[in-house]
Amino acid sequence: MKADVQERSGAAGAGHAGTDRAIGDVLLSVENVSLAFGGVKAISDVSFDIRKGEIRAIIGPNGAGKTSMLNVINGFYHPNQGTITFKGTKRHDMRPYIAASQGISRTFQNLALFKGMTTLDNIMAGRALKMRRGLLWQALHWGPALWEEIRHREAVEKIIDFLEIQHIRKAPVGKLPYGLQKRVELGRALAMEPELLLLDEPMAGMNLEEKMDMSRYILTVNDQFATTVALIEHDMGVVMDISDRVVVLEYGRKIADGTPDEVQRNQRVIDAYLGISH
Amino acid sequence: MLYREAGQFKTSYTADMAIFPIRQDRIALILLLLFAFVGIPLLAHFQLWPLGSDYMLRAILIPFLILSLAAIGVNILVGYCGQISLGSGAFMAIGAYSAYKFGTGVHIPLEFLGTEIRIAPLPVLPSILLGGLMSAIVGILFGIPSLRIKGLYLAVATLAAQFFFDWVFLRVKWFTNYAPSGSIAAPDLHFFGYFVHSPIERYLLCLVFVTVFALIAKNLVRGNIGRQWMAIRDMDIAAELMGIRPLYAKLTAFAVSSFIVGVAGALWAFIYLGAWEPLAFSIDRSLQLLFMVIIGGLGSILGSFLGAAFILILPILLDQVPHAFGVPVSVETVSHLVFIVTGALICYLLIVEPHGFARLWSIAKEKLRLWPFPY
Repeated sequence: MKADVQERSGAAGAGHAGTDRAIGDVLLSVENVSLAFGGVKAISDVSFDIRKGEIRAIIGPNGAGKTSMLNVINGFYHPNQGTITFKGTKRHDMRPYIAASQGISRTFQNLALFKGMTTLDNIMAGRALKMRRGLLWQALHWGPALWEEIRHREAVEKIIDFLEIQHIRKAPVGKLPYGLQKRVELGRALAMEPELLLLDEPMAGMNLEEKMDMSRYILTVNDQFATTVALIEHDMGVVMDISDRVVVLEYGRKIADGTPDEVQRNQRVIDAYLGISH
Repeated sequence: MLYREAGQFKTSYTADMAIFPIRQDRIALILLLLFAFVGIPLLAHFQLWPLGSDYMLRAILIPFLILSLAAIGVNILVGYCGQISLGSGAFMAIGAYSAYKFGTGVHIPLEFLGTEIRIAPLPVLPSILLGGLMSAIVGILFGIPSLRIKGLYLAVATLAAQFFFDWVFLRVKWFTNYAPSGSIAAPDLHFFGYFVHSPIERYLLCLVFVTVFALIAKNLVRGNIGRQWMAIRDMDIAAELMGIRPLYAKLTAFAVSSFIVGVAGALWAFIYLGAWEPLAFSIDRSLQLLFMVIIGGLGSILGSFLGAAFILILPILLDQVPHAFGVPVSVETVSHLVFIVTGALICYLLIVEPHGFARLWSIAKEKLRLWPFPY
């Protein structure tokens, strides 16, 4: 795992276009989704899709409905109109834990770690869905429950190695610096072994070095584990470098959708969000 | 220098996940258990200080153990799962009265159906465990509001449980087997043909219960379900998005917590009180348990013991101080002074260390690891 990380470490700067990854069929499609809170329309009639194995970016100015979109995707909000199809099945009554059990995990814009728990426990909590032993076995902490705990601990240790956070394994996350907390949160999302990983501003508030690290992790996850990634990010350099396709929202509407190059040249996107470099 | 973990390497995850990963801690725990299981009975047998009379066992050690057990139960709900409960006294009462009913035989006449339910008197151990089970069932019922309401509002809902069961056990005569005074006496304590009677036997019985349940509680909180509880406590929305079901996590916390509190209630009635009336499990008891958990340390099994020791033993010690120094004060003044000093100490402690004794203990351990060097 370590070697893979080092091998790919240059990739963030070099751009992502060169690697030949298999981008597959549509994994998730959003069709004509609208979402309103009372009179406020957060999302109106947005459609796009996410293909298996790609890195899909969602960008747009503040208040464009990006985070609401992620919340709709993982079942926290219910769209007023429109449908969401995940792995070929149309969704009906969605609850967040059902979305999670189907293989959607996410990180949050403002950290949502379990602050009273250690790094290890936080990431182990990400595997809660995969642990099946009942209360009585757990009360004994012996036999099947112990084997299960050890098996998941091994998986979690791999993630800890991958994210290079071995030294804070037993530290309560509430006291960690921001950059590390972001990494732990990514670890927690990865512990679910998701098919679709939703990242809400994974690089907000980070310095250049931390951004490069985070980009490297995202690319490796996408590359090695074939995890589909959908991310919201404001750092256009990063977005244009690592994503395969970009969807642009403004005031809850989709104004552009395409490869980074197409989006960058789109006049509406320039007017609404990117601006002109002087 | 003595408390150092250098050179203790862990070669398996089992070793790393042990309750006491540091060797010195394990030795200390073994010594403590040896003292509790062997040392105290020996001291009591030879009537040595401080166990020269039964006072130490009856008035301090037995209630300390039982209240520690109850505090562990409350800590699972309040400290680990973050659901504030003011109904712990009610759950102790449910445990006590259910155990009493199972111990003396259950008879439910169902005349309108032309039938009846009759259960012969059960031995003491199954009665106590069934008492815990009944408490767990009622705990789940009163836990259902927690799926919708949080924090102080939930506290009010659990307060309803407290007042409701105070009333039930006072007014519904069936629970007290129609005793005219409302006061009932526990059945004789026969365990597997062995009659537990003397204070030291009662103490050992409590000790066995507390040891077993403390171990079970520790196993639960360090396992998957414990992580789910803490996740719900720390960030419920994120927990739900990680696939943790709030329904399951909260209701298991209510069930496990009420079970332990119920068993503690049955022990309190059977072993400590012997004969009791509903007043024994009033709102005061709920608040006392909550204070123990807060002062001992929310989210810590050790803290439950420390909190119970502080709340229970401090007033007793303070009571002795004026006598020890031969200060001529009236008994009444002393009891008022005890209230004042205890209250002041609680305020002081919460200001100095809001996370309770358990946190102080872990800070002390951190310091001790480096001692005598500053860093």
